[in-house]
Amino acid sequence: MIDQKTLNKYDPIKNKAYQLIDDEGKPLDKVWKPRLSDEEILQAYKDLLFARTADLMAVSYQRQGRMYTYPPNLGQEAIHIAAGIVTKEQDWLVPAFRELGAWLAKGVSLKEVFLYFKGTEDGSRFEKANRVLPIAVPIASQLPHAVGLGYAINYNKEKDAAVFAYVGDGGTSEGDFHEALNFAAVWNAPVIFVIQNNQFAISVPLKMQTKSINLAIKGMAYNVPSLLVDGNDFFAMHEALSYAREQAVQGKGPFLIEARTYRTGAHTTSDDPSKYRTKEEEELWADKDPLKRLKGYILHSKIDELKEEEKLIKQYKTHIDSEFEAAEKHPEYKIEDVFGYMFEELPDELKRQKNAYENYLRGVK
Amino acid sequence: MKVMNLVQAINDALDIKLKEDKGVVVYGEDVGVEGGVFRVTEGLQVKHGADRVFDSPLAESGIAGTALGMAISGMKPVIEMQFDGFSYPAFNQILSHISRFRNRTRGKYSVPLVIRIPYGGGINALEHHSESPEAYFGHTPGLKVVIPSTPYDAKGMLIAAIEDPDPVIFMEPKRIYRAIKQEVPQERFSIPLDKAKVLQQGEQITIIAYGAMIREAQKAIVIAKQSGYSVELIDLRSIWPIDRQAISQSVRKTGRVLIVTEAPQSYGPAAELISIVNEEAFLSLEAPPTRLTGFDTVIPLPLGEKHYMISPERIATEIERLIKY
Repeated sequence: MIDQKTLNKYDPIKNKAYQLIDDEGKPLDKVWKPRLSDEEILQAYKDLLFARTADLMAVSYQRQGRMYTYPPNLGQEAIHIAAGIVTKEQDWLVPAFRELGAWLAKGVSLKEVFLYFKGTEDGSRFEKANRVLPIAVPIASQLPHAVGLGYAINYNKEKDAAVFAYVGDGGTSEGDFHEALNFAAVWNAPVIFVIQNNQFAISVPLKMQTKSINLAIKGMAYNVPSLLVDGNDFFAMHEALSYAREQAVQGKGPFLIEARTYRTGAHTTSDDPSKYRTKEEEELWADKDPLKRLKGYILHSKIDELKEEEKLIKQYKTHIDSEFEAAEKHPEYKIEDVFGYMFEELPDELKRQKNAYENYLRGVK
Repeated sequence: MKVMNLVQAINDALDIKLKEDKGVVVYGEDVGVEGGVFRVTEGLQVKHGADRVFDSPLAESGIAGTALGMAISGMKPVIEMQFDGFSYPAFNQILSHISRFRNRTRGKYSVPLVIRIPYGGGINALEHHSESPEAYFGHTPGLKVVIPSTPYDAKGMLIAAIEDPDPVIFMEPKRIYRAIKQEVPQERFSIPLDKAKVLQQGEQITIIAYGAMIREAQKAIVIAKQSGYSVELIDLRSIWPIDRQAISQSVRKTGRVLIVTEAPQSYGPAAELISIVNEEAFLSLEAPPTRLTGFDTVIPLPLGEKHYMISPERIATEIERLIKY
């Protein structure tokens, strides 16, 4: 369990990541026991496996020309799965764009994810998910939204609710990152900021991004409690996020987590990482793969023998394909869809523009 | 009825909505304790509490972005950009998110908020305090952009803006904040946000203006009248959407149009209005639709402003030229 002593020990200025299991999944501290039950841990493994399978298939759909640009999650899934467990129904999820497992946990359907990357806003309808914001493309610009949501939680005196907001390492250079942290601190807003530090902003490495010794340290200037965490360690992430949420809902305000991870895949399917990073570096991080480490823990602690992985993946693939096929059968994009959602009531000027286009299509002079 | 200037009318509208709707919050730089640098929000914090009317950190992107979060939570933030030129750091939030969230989420989340921006020159201010950025907002799909020119309109339009289910940019002509007094009903009333208003009927030419230029146009009309010219004056009130019908009706009748705006010329509101005149009243035109606008220069500091600001005499000269065309 994290306490003040842990926070002192992992003060960002010491530049040491909070970590509970090693690269093989063995606990670093023999006395430590996870706060999740064996069943929950096994479920987390399955969720991670599912998210990874879906992510890999998304990349292959894109390669087959059946989907547009997609940002792969490979290597970062422990963060999303841990957050998915900690985030409650009444919590807000404010994503950047690389948090697949966290969206799914919040009730966003895979079909919706596919629809978005197939090129329609219908993917952000979130018909069965509440309190999830859509993908935010302009980097870090979503963070002030999270703070406004946090202000509303306080203003409406909601008891057990918090906001989980994501940003990447590159996003910490944006002004909105700093404005959001500052506003959250001043307003004591219950916002948990998660920096997914995957080492690259497209092609730009962290050392070109900042002179700071790490990213967690940026929270300290705003008096936001901040923790650097091994983002490929599912248990460390779960513990840190749980602690941050407890603090937030107890009225102790925002919390910042830097989840140190590695983007195993490309930035998006339009990018070629071999141009800006080495094989050696990729291999180094492959040892720290989050799925491998979680599996290692489950095997070492004899929770399960995990003999059914192949079978599970096969089941998952069938399900994922059916979600994708459902997305492919989605109705055609209509003129109404272009105009119909700009305002609650369509202003006359937009009616005029729409009519003119429809008349053209009908061949009316 | 009570005699109010623009500042008092806006304050009254905020007061009424704060009273009526617990979701309304008012914040920005200095709006709380001080009541804003123009005193528009004076007294509201004492009346409604510091969680509803408050000073925020000094960061416009943060102010706008947090307001979006509140709005999709069901609140109704009314935020202030302290000056026109300080709204630019909030552009990304306004252009990339506030204007688009309803469309992006197919209506799941709407953004009912109001951004108040005191704007325009003629007040002997520092740089960045005298700008007319309405074209930027009017050019942005998903925003309604309105500008009142009288205390009566200011109150009714601000109430309508706060009650609107979508984001509204509410620009306040600060040059006439205290210059015009008018009887305004004390009770709640609202004015549609998409309608221009014919302030004066005339036969020979239509002037379309808004904000502080209305008063200058009215002075010009007095001068023109001495030469016997009959001028119609339209207060546009809504920068987007534009009231096409009011414009076409008037210009079809007069056959001439002069647009007067303080904003720089190129790609500005006047260009848009002239396009509409061409589309709606081409065959009625007796003279080229004409614009009298700010220059495509930076608005000068106070000593040079006399060259930039459009005087009644310049407007009157154009009126005569176009009628004699």
